[in-house]
Formats: sequence, structure tokens, C-alpha cells
Amino acid sequence: MSKQEIRSPLPGVFYRKPTPDSPSFKEDGDAVAKDDVIGLVEVMKSFHEVKAGVAGKAIRFVAENEDAIMAGDIIAEVE
Amino acid sequence: MSIRSVLIANRGEIAVRINRAAKALGLRTIQVYSAADADSLAVRLADEAVEIGPATARKSYLNIANVIEAARKTNADAVHPGYGFLAENAEFADAVVAAGMRFVGPSGDSIRLLGDKVAARREADKAGVPTVPGSDGRVSNAAEAAGIADRIGFPVMIKAAAGGGGRGIRIIQEPSEFERQFLQASAEAEAAFGDGGLYVEKVIPAARHIEVQILGDGHNFVHCYERECSLQRRRQKVWEEAPAFHLPQKVRERLCASAVDLARSVGYVGAGTVEYLYDDKTEAFYFIEVNTRIQVEHPVTEMITGIDLVQEMLKIAGGAPLSVRQDDIVISGHAIECRINAEDPFKDFQPGPGTVETLSVPEADHVRFDTMLYEGYVVPPFYDSLLGKLIVHGDTREQCLSRLSAALAALDIRGIPTTTPLHRALAADPAVAAGDIHTRFLEGWLETRFARPDSDKEVA
Repeated sequence: MSKQEIRSPLPGVFYRKPTPDSPSFKEDGDAVAKDDVIGLVEVMKSFHEVKAGVAGKAIRFVAENEDAIMAGDIIAEVE
Repeated sequence: MSIRSVLIANRGEIAVRINRAAKALGLRTIQVYSAADADSLAVRLADEAVEIGPATARKSYLNIANVIEAARKTNADAVHPGYGFLAENAEFADAVVAAGMRFVGPSGDSIRLLGDKVAARREADKAGVPTVPGSDGRVSNAAEAAGIADRIGFPVMIKAAAGGGGRGIRIIQEPSEFERQFLQASAEAEAAFGDGGLYVEKVIPAARHIEVQILGDGHNFVHCYERECSLQRRRQKVWEEAPAFHLPQKVRERLCASAVDLARSVGYVGAGTVEYLYDDKTEAFYFIEVNTRIQVEHPVTEMITGIDLVQEMLKIAGGAPLSVRQDDIVISGHAIECRINAEDPFKDFQPGPGTVETLSVPEADHVRFDTMLYEGYVVPPFYDSLLGKLIVHGDTREQCLSRLSAALAALDIRGIPTTTPLHRALAADPAVAAGDIHTRFLEGWLETRFARPDSDKEVA
């Protein structure tokens, strides 16, 4: 199987969970569907969902929770 | 003054503002910054600059240990927290004092007392300041809350005791909604603030938001009159004025005196703001909360009183008594502030960080532009969207509005979207000119009166 990258559509702060006390949207190794939310990007205090955009049997995160990212940065890889 | 240097624990336009005020007093300035802010105007202006962590605010501007360490390392005598970030964090104020420095603001205990909405309301009651009809402190369950709502009348708000900035508020229209909403609100408050405590307040329809600027040195307390801040979107202020032009003089006197009473009752130190809701019909005002910091909109008060509030804060922190007496403080003319944000008002206020390609700012004696922008500056995506504040003074509100329109026409920021077009439209609007505004005005106006250049609205 090939590897596909999920890139951030926006610059900002990347979050893997909906709130600080929640579990992560996805863990490394989880299967993902195209419309699954895998994280949030906070741009100037406004939050935007990041969808996988691709389907795959295992996701592996490259960006960590609360990382500052730029648009186009790789957030995760999907197998 | 007993302080010779100040560390500025903030960023953006307010960090620039504090740098300038401190330098005017002859203080050495130390600017902290995150990895994303190395090229910021505040860093360029400061005598010294210290990096305190990565871009993410929680690891830099909100990191108490890193800020204190920077202050220690640079031998800062005082720390100015600005607004937002750690400005109303009692633990931070205590840590600054414990490290042997002055905190430019009230004591940690004052911040704790006034930061708890329920305790602040009780304190206001005690000082004789009218409060919005509602529960006497926290309510323990939905039935108790419903009983209070029956007594004071619907609609009511359920508010989180630990909330703030418009967060943690729910409006209940009728008794049947109570049970479900109460449980949800409590769970939400617990998740958001780590405290599920709730209280109940009556909704004052079509109320104005009015706030009184106070100053205290722990012994003397004055007000610098009031501001009218009713133009809000999603409970965030967009446009502010001073004074509140519609307020009868008698009401103004009672309102401002009540804020001073509250300041005195807690022995307030520094600059603060007492916020109220005001009902035009009944001429009644109701205490909402106290903000124990300098506010974004402080320049409108400076423009009408001639007092430099940030310099005054620094002098108070240095141990000086208030430099003004109440009788010396008089209102001269009218001032309006427009918050210029990096948001596209034609695309549902979508934020737009990026590079400022060109910047052209109106210049006149009656115009002030507080900003961190310069040509070539890259606005980072990690913090709030405020780019600057255009503040205009006039002898009358009418003259102020016409000067404001001219100043907005001359303000030209290229490269990123800004809210300037929104302000141009507001400045030209007859209802705004008539002063016929309340806290829900702007949201309705945006739906019905704000012309979009494109008809197919893009949804983010």
C-alpha cells in the first residue's frame, strides 16, 4: 500500500483533541475514512476542523498536539 | 519612582503601547517574545528582548515559569501583563511578587476576588452597586435555578461562575428548557473552566454595554468616566466610544460613583474597569463584572481625559500615589475607537494572517493609531486577530464621526484582509450616527444592512 500525506490547509496551532480533557480524534494506527476529523487548527482564536481527505487503514501523526504549523505542513501520514 | 525597568509580558499592539509609555517615563523595557514574534515591533522597540518559548501561547506567553525566569535574568523591577494571556491570572501576580518584583496591576487576592463572578457580584452588592436580578451566588441544581427564574422572570441567563469574555453563557427562554440546559451548561463549564459552578441572571433586553474606567493606589480611588461599548460581535467589542453620549448627567454621576465605591471597598490598586448593562428605558444600570487590567479600548478614555492610563499604571506600581484627583478629571469632547482586525468582514470574518505589503496611516492631531504593524511585517496565525486600533477625537460626537470617516478612508493596509470596510460602513450608518445601539445591534445589522460585494457568501 502507498503512503498518503495529510497536509494542513491553514496555518495556526494544531490540536489532536476537541478539548484539552478529551481523548484524541485519532490515535496512531487507527483506520481513517475520508470525512473523519483528525484534528483542529486554531487560526487567530478561530477553530477549523481538519478532515483526513483520504481513507486508509492506519494513520500516523507527524505533528504533535499544540504544534505551531504553517499551511501545507504535513500533519499525518495514512497507509 | 522606585522602579527603573519593566518586563512586558505580552505581545502585539499592547506590548508596543506599554514599551512607549514606559520609555516616556525613563524606564528600561524588557520584551518577552515567542519564537513566532522575533520580528515584532515590540521586540524592536524594547531595550532588551528575551525569547520565552515556541509559538504556541501555552508554551510561551502563558508559561508563568518562563516569564518569571526572563524577568529574573534581566533584573526587571516590575512586570506589566497587558491584557489577555496572564493579565488576570492571580497565580502569576503572586509569582511576580514572590520573585521580588512589582506586578503592574492589583494584588493576586484582588484578582481572585474580582475574577470569580459570584464573589464579585457579592462584593458589588456589599458596596451598594446595583446588580442584575438573579441568584444570590451559585445555584446547586436546576430546580433551584428554575425557582429563581420564576421570581425574576424569563428570559434568564445561566452563566458559568468561572467564565468570562462572554464564554459559558446560555439563554433560557422558558421553564421547559431548564432541566436539559442546566445540566449541559454545568458539564460545559466543568470542561472549559474546571469549575461547573453556575449562577442565574435576568436578561436585560436591548441593553447597552457601559463600563467605567477606575484608577486606585490602594488609598485613593478615582474614575475616568465611562465608555460605551455596545457594538459587539459574538460578545467581542468591535467599536468603542467615550463618553456614553446618551447617558443623562445624573445617571453618569451615580454610575461612576458606584464604580469608585466598588474600587474603594476592595482597596483597588492599578487601572481597572467596572462593566455594566444599561437600560435606556428605565435609566437603570446593573453591574456585570470587573476587569482587573488595562483594556483594549482604554485609548478612548485617554483621548477625552488627557490621562495616560498606562503611564499611570506604571507610576502606581512604582509606589507613587495617584497623580490625579477626581476634580481634575474632566471630559473634553468625544472619542471613538475602531478595532482593526485581520479578518475578512465579507467572508464571515474569516481570519487572514500574512504579510503586510503596504501600510498607510492617517496622521492628524485628533487621530491616533495604536498598532504593531509595519510594512513587510508577517502577521502570525497563532494569536488574536487585532492589528491595531484607530482612535479619533472630536469636539462633538458628530465631528468625531466625520473625522473618523475621513481617517478610515485614509487607512490603507494591503496584503491581508482587515475589518476596515466594516468600520467605514458603520461610520456612515444613520442608526450608528443616531446612537441607537445596543449589545445585539451589530449582529442584526451585519445580517440586514452590511452590503457584501459578492452575493454568494463563502462559508468557512
